[in-house]
Amino acid sequence: MNGYDFTLAGVSLVALGSGALWWPDQRLLCVSDLHLGKSERLARRGGSTLPPYDTRDTLNRLAADLTRMQPRIVVCLGDSFDDLDAARALPQDERQWIAKLQAGRRWVWVEGNHDPGTTGLGGTSLTELPVAPLTFRHIARPGASGEISGHYHPKATIRNRGRAITRPAFLIDRARVLLPAYGTYTGGLRSADATLATLMRPEALALLTGPVVHAIPMPR
Amino acid sequence: MPGLPPQIAGWFAARGWDIHPHQAEMLARAGDPATLLIAPTGGGKTMAGFLPTLAELGTDPAPGLHTLYVSPLKALAADIKRNLRAPVEEMGLKIRIEDRTGDTTQTQKKRQRADPPHILLTTPESLVLLTSYEDAPRMFAGLKRVVVDEIHALAESKRGDQLLLALARLQHLCPGLRRVGLSATVEDPAAMARLLARHPDPCAIIQADPGPDPDITMLQTAELPPWSGGGAAYAIPAVLAQIKQHRTTLIFHNTRAQAEIFFHNLWLANDDSLPISIHHGSLDRVQRERVEAAMTAGQLRAVVCTGSLDLGIDWGDVDLVIQVGAPKNVKRLVQRIGRANHRYNAPSKALLVPANRFEVVECVAALEAVRDHALDGDPRGPGPLDVLCQQILILACAGPFDADQLYKEVRSAGPYAALPRADFDDCLEFCATGGYALKAYDKWRRLMQRPDGLWQLRDPRSAQRIRMNIGTIQDSDQLKVRMSGRGGKPLGEVEEAFAASLTAGDTFLIGGQIVRYEGLREMTVVVSRDAARKPKIATFSGTKFATSTQLSARILALFAADDWPQLPRHTADWLALQRQVSRLPQQGRLLIESFPHEGRAHLCVYGFAGRNAQQTLGLLLTKRMEEMGLAPMGFVATDYATLIWGLDPLDDPAPLFDRAALRDGLDHWLAGNAVMKRTFRASATIAGLIERNIPAAQRKTGRQATFSSDILYDTLQKYDPTHLMLRITRTEAMRGLVDFGRIEEMLDRVGHRIDHIRLDRVTPLAAPLLLEIGRVPVAGQAEERLMAEEAARLMAASGLAGLTQG
Repeated sequence: MNGYDFTLAGVSLVALGSGALWWPDQRLLCVSDLHLGKSERLARRGGSTLPPYDTRDTLNRLAADLTRMQPRIVVCLGDSFDDLDAARALPQDERQWIAKLQAGRRWVWVEGNHDPGTTGLGGTSLTELPVAPLTFRHIARPGASGEISGHYHPKATIRNRGRAITRPAFLIDRARVLLPAYGTYTGGLRSADATLATLMRPEALALLTGPVVHAIPMPR
Repeated sequence: MPGLPPQIAGWFAARGWDIHPHQAEMLARAGDPATLLIAPTGGGKTMAGFLPTLAELGTDPAPGLHTLYVSPLKALAADIKRNLRAPVEEMGLKIRIEDRTGDTTQTQKKRQRADPPHILLTTPESLVLLTSYEDAPRMFAGLKRVVVDEIHALAESKRGDQLLLALARLQHLCPGLRRVGLSATVEDPAAMARLLARHPDPCAIIQADPGPDPDITMLQTAELPPWSGGGAAYAIPAVLAQIKQHRTTLIFHNTRAQAEIFFHNLWLANDDSLPISIHHGSLDRVQRERVEAAMTAGQLRAVVCTGSLDLGIDWGDVDLVIQVGAPKNVKRLVQRIGRANHRYNAPSKALLVPANRFEVVECVAALEAVRDHALDGDPRGPGPLDVLCQQILILACAGPFDADQLYKEVRSAGPYAALPRADFDDCLEFCATGGYALKAYDKWRRLMQRPDGLWQLRDPRSAQRIRMNIGTIQDSDQLKVRMSGRGGKPLGEVEEAFAASLTAGDTFLIGGQIVRYEGLREMTVVVSRDAARKPKIATFSGTKFATSTQLSARILALFAADDWPQLPRHTADWLALQRQVSRLPQQGRLLIESFPHEGRAHLCVYGFAGRNAQQTLGLLLTKRMEEMGLAPMGFVATDYATLIWGLDPLDDPAPLFDRAALRDGLDHWLAGNAVMKRTFRASATIAGLIERNIPAAQRKTGRQATFSSDILYDTLQKYDPTHLMLRITRTEAMRGLVDFGRIEEMLDRVGHRIDHIRLDRVTPLAAPLLLEIGRVPVAGQAEERLMAEEAARLMAASGLAGLTQG
């Protein structure tokens, strides 16, 4: 399996190359910042009409992770929809697809700043989800521990022999994990950004996603 | 002079000046719907363009816009304003002349729309913006003439296509509008005239006396030119000596990077502290303006520059032009030489400085072409569809439009004269709904058709966003460079890809000084001064022109001679040695050399197809060789050859050059290539799919809101591979960076006449390629391997390796 094993608050976790987090003991799969319906929201607000295949592509990748890991619980860590109108405007076939993915497992929508409230789709909406000893919430709280969060869309860069390779990245230290954005139409915030640099402890690692997960000291 | 008001005739007479014949002809033809004037710099070209306007407006002009002047540069518009106002005042004419560019204040702009001057001087982008306003018909009512200056420069890019679409719109608003184009010497005046005229109107061409031939030679140096590279550092002492012998010297380079390096070396050798400066498009505007002002005031002895100084601003007393590096293109060389000696009928003086041994041959070939008046250039092909998409959106901003009428209007613009209706309809559909196979935006389409059949914006507020993104100039991947510290001085710009490759402590050249990279802050590259004499990272990349087809053919013709008395001895001996141990490349044949070198099999393909095509050829050939199990390891390309190295030698090159196989390789390779993604970003931005500028109110804070255009490209490839944007991208890449057209031209040229010569060592002609920089490694898994290697090193070095591992 393409992943990077590490421990948080005594719990063994795996950062997958797809950008999802896997908790083997709970059979729990966590993804963050899907931003489903982003192209619809941009068009609605009078912006340009981007290729409307982002939701489909994100769900395709999520479906592949679900097939491979067979989780018992799925946690979507907030900003699952670009806004609540986007959730409501989701085409019928995509709604049915999500329902199919939810079948036979517990599904939690953690609320994010883009999608506060209920989604109108199956599963449970929560502001945060505690699964002892860990807590799943959208935005990290300074000083918290055993915390899994998203929101910042972290990415990191490796430079070698004149090449700079940037990928979405997990940021981990002994208190928390920050998940990369899983959605297709999402950008990233460099780990060197002041917000991330102050949030993470000095010994933090960045785990770059991709065909192989590469761990490096978090670039600051 | 008949038809000339006494004030104007008197003004000329008072100065003892005669009207040039071409100026008189412009006056005589003032009523023609379209006229193209071709005249050398300093030939009174601008006055020729404006004389009919001055004559028509006369002493008591009626209010309203009479003449629109469009130039490619803001600075040129400002320059013309100064140079035109003075004689107009001296003639006692009450003509209002104003400019309108990105630098004009909002108040002034508003006033100009309500009460336009008689003569408005502007740039293509500012004009296009004016046509997007609902009050455009009122502002342009009564417009009689439009003068396009330096049309040869505009015609080479999408700015020209966009301008000609805007002229088609103006012509629709003002049916009697007459067009004048002012051009430097071009290879095909008739094609330029067709571009300018309202299709299918005729367009007269007036040729001014081109003046005496330039005095142009190759710079003689005591040092021998090196075997490879583009720095021309060997010529520094000789160039300094020339600067001392002249009043003002312009030193042209083909790329910004080369200009920076040359300036740096020149400065180190400048023991007399001559006032020498540098000017190129990546430098900060303030710094550029300072150089321009010093130039005009005659305070500089030399300026090291790039194409940013190509255009017709009068820089005063330039008496020598030096071109460093092979000119690559004869037409551009001739236009650059015209920068020296602005006096009509005095020969321009120019020197060529080849940067390496092969460029000696290219320079001599170029000198012969200049002597023969043989200019080069490639036809640009039909008008690009991304520009058309932007035009449709711009028109929608101005008000509801009829599709049939618009199609007719677009076809009256030269570049779009042959536009098929199907392509137009695809562009309209793209603007309206995105044009996706999946119909997702019926509710949120950008354009909608009203019951009366006219098209309009669904949301009138989107007009603001469209206007904010007008233009075809791509600068979105540039990052500002600034000195560290509060209020640090802005230095200029570097490409984002270059900035991404820097690590703290790296040093590089910008604006002639060595700076140290400190970090990236809010999308600005922060640097500090560095005392080093040699930058660690030499260059940031710039545009590289490929040697033109015609110049390449001249080089091959030169090779065919028995001996070369016109070449310096060192270069003639080199070619003779090549002929002795192998062969020289020939017109109509393809020379391929195989030889072992340092334990690797080498293959050198002398395609003479220009840098971009030879690069593409390298990618395609190595891919085919990989499939054939020859284990290619890398290649390097120049304008004339591609050198490939690998583990196993090649037996028979013929199957490699099978056209169908190459094309097939292109199709597969192209889709995932970085060149395509870059081309996509440019075209998608022009077509309005990607918005460079977003109103402040809608802008999200933080960088996580934006995402790379590569994601859009990949998504379209995966889910909608026949989408219009991908078709546009492909067309653009094929004629631009991929340049497959030149590969096909080469295949046509050589047919089956492939000469494969096996040798036991590197040949004289191939040897310089071993020294070339810009080697491309052939690697599928290379990226992952590089990452793994560096990650392991970092983890071990930081002691984090065993710390958090579960």
